[in-house]
Amino acid sequence: MVVGVRSRASRIRSAAFGYANIAPYVAFALFPFYYMVITSLKKDVELYNLDSVPLLIQSGIITDHYRYLFFKTEFWTWMKNSLVISVVATAVSLVIAILAGYSLARLRFPGVGSFGTAVFITYLVPPTLLFLPLSQVVVWLGISDSIWALIVTYPTFLVPFSTWLLMGYFRTIPREVEECALVDGASRMQTLTRIVLPMAVPGIVCVTLFGFTLTWNEFTYALTFVSQTANKTAVVGVTADLIRGDIYYWGSLMAGAVVASLPIVVVYVWFLDYYVSGLTAGAVKG
Amino acid sequence: MAVSPRALQATGLARPGRLARAREWWEREHVFGYGLIVPALVLIVGLVAYPFGMAIYFSLSDYWVGSPGDFIGLQNFRDVIANDVFQRTVYNSFVFTGIAVALKVVLGLWLAMLLFRPFRFKRLIRGAVLLPWVIPTALSTLAWWWMFDSLYSVVNWTAIRLGLISAPGPNWLGMPGYAMAAVIAVNVWRGLPFFAITVLAGLVAIPREFYEAAEVDGAGAWGRFRNVTLPLLKPVLAVVILFSTIFTFSDFNIVQVLTRGGPVNTTHLFATLAYQIGLQGGNLGQGAAVSLFLFPMLVGVVFVQLRYIRRE
Repeated sequence: MVVGVRSRASRIRSAAFGYANIAPYVAFALFPFYYMVITSLKKDVELYNLDSVPLLIQSGIITDHYRYLFFKTEFWTWMKNSLVISVVATAVSLVIAILAGYSLARLRFPGVGSFGTAVFITYLVPPTLLFLPLSQVVVWLGISDSIWALIVTYPTFLVPFSTWLLMGYFRTIPREVEECALVDGASRMQTLTRIVLPMAVPGIVCVTLFGFTLTWNEFTYALTFVSQTANKTAVVGVTADLIRGDIYYWGSLMAGAVVASLPIVVVYVWFLDYYVSGLTAGAVKG
Repeated sequence: MAVSPRALQATGLARPGRLARAREWWEREHVFGYGLIVPALVLIVGLVAYPFGMAIYFSLSDYWVGSPGDFIGLQNFRDVIANDVFQRTVYNSFVFTGIAVALKVVLGLWLAMLLFRPFRFKRLIRGAVLLPWVIPTALSTLAWWWMFDSLYSVVNWTAIRLGLISAPGPNWLGMPGYAMAAVIAVNVWRGLPFFAITVLAGLVAIPREFYEAAEVDGAGAWGRFRNVTLPLLKPVLAVVILFSTIFTFSDFNIVQVLTRGGPVNTTHLFATLAYQIGLQGGNLGQGAAVSLFLFPMLVGVVFVQLRYIRRE
């Protein structure tokens, strides 16, 4: 670790060692995406030819798989459903989580500790523990088989997660700032919306990004609560509805996987640092 | 009804008075505090606690989709435990979770230490490493399904060209041991970034003086890792391992997309079996009984977490 005393040669050796070790992992991490993309651009005759090189595109790029996906399937309906569900569920959860997170992180009242623990336990409950009874709850609420089934159930994992993350951010804001505002005659709600929230913007951005990602990617509830093709999300639509009778569907399947991942990739590239900080905050602050 | 001016005046004054009192009441710390958690509380009680109670009720009754049945005590649990497929699922779950979490810990530590070195393109490499964790798992698992195809597997093609296996190579998703290996590989591929990035945050937090002191004491690379890095990473590692154990144990997406529990139930996990019995088969009672086996695991992890980790 003390770099100064080491020779130049040993430093170069150490850097080369680092790159040589990291390269296989980067390849391992990225290969499935590379393979997704080249599969979606290849001709069927090349895809299903045992003598071709699967790692390359040798007989030219085609867009047939994408055209099939865009014009012959309900792909855009699924994308629209995903967008509506993600935006609404994330927004609602954000508001609920801001209120609860602020209360649990900052205010003193009897039972505040047990509520915090309850939120934490809910955060750890895996969705697969509750999907059977929830499938009946959405039937009783009269929203099964619609996008509302997902808009209503997604906050069950978003709110605990977001509350937990925001509690960490709220705790970092100095108490004195709030006390000053209260002394100056601001109401508690004004203190929250005008003083605390602007200071917690990084946390709010982070929670919004994770909320959008988690809901867009969600698979268990989306597969279980919705069966009509027209109401499916992009992830479930591509996974479950693009497989046709014959075996020659990999091109359009991979095209669907590429395009349905794209919104997440764009958001991710744009806000990479928030993902890293949110990921570590969510786990490390436990 | 004649109303005296005084009475009018009194009511006129009483209104803002009541409003002011309500406002004052709302400004009290505990009232405001409880008020803000009401929406979250309603959600948690209505859509988490209540369904959990229902899961228990389902598991104790003869409940089928569309026809609520009678209370039958522990019959579902007895049936489930006597079932070969369920026994296989218990075994699968422990093999899957044990191997996948162990691999993620070892590779995650290794990767975190590699990422910790000063690097060119640091952001780019970190971004690439985290990508599998961000992309919808069901979709990336589709790509893996195609990569493990029985006839056109690119994994086999590459391994054959590299001389690692002989042609034609295994049918990954069609043979019991191989299917489990494939499912574990995809889970590790997806879960590794979480480990690596979290452990990396732990590494960054270790003061450099500790390493310098260890070096002065003559500790080598291994000694520094064993005596400085590992003990100081323990809290972070413990949290990450617990989280990962819960979410690996209760995994659904990867198995559902890649093998649907097959071949011959050798990759079924609790969640996929519960889905098959409860929703595809319609036997909600037994399905709920299967998914409730995830609960002791959850309780154990929560207990450890609350008892030992949050105290530190």
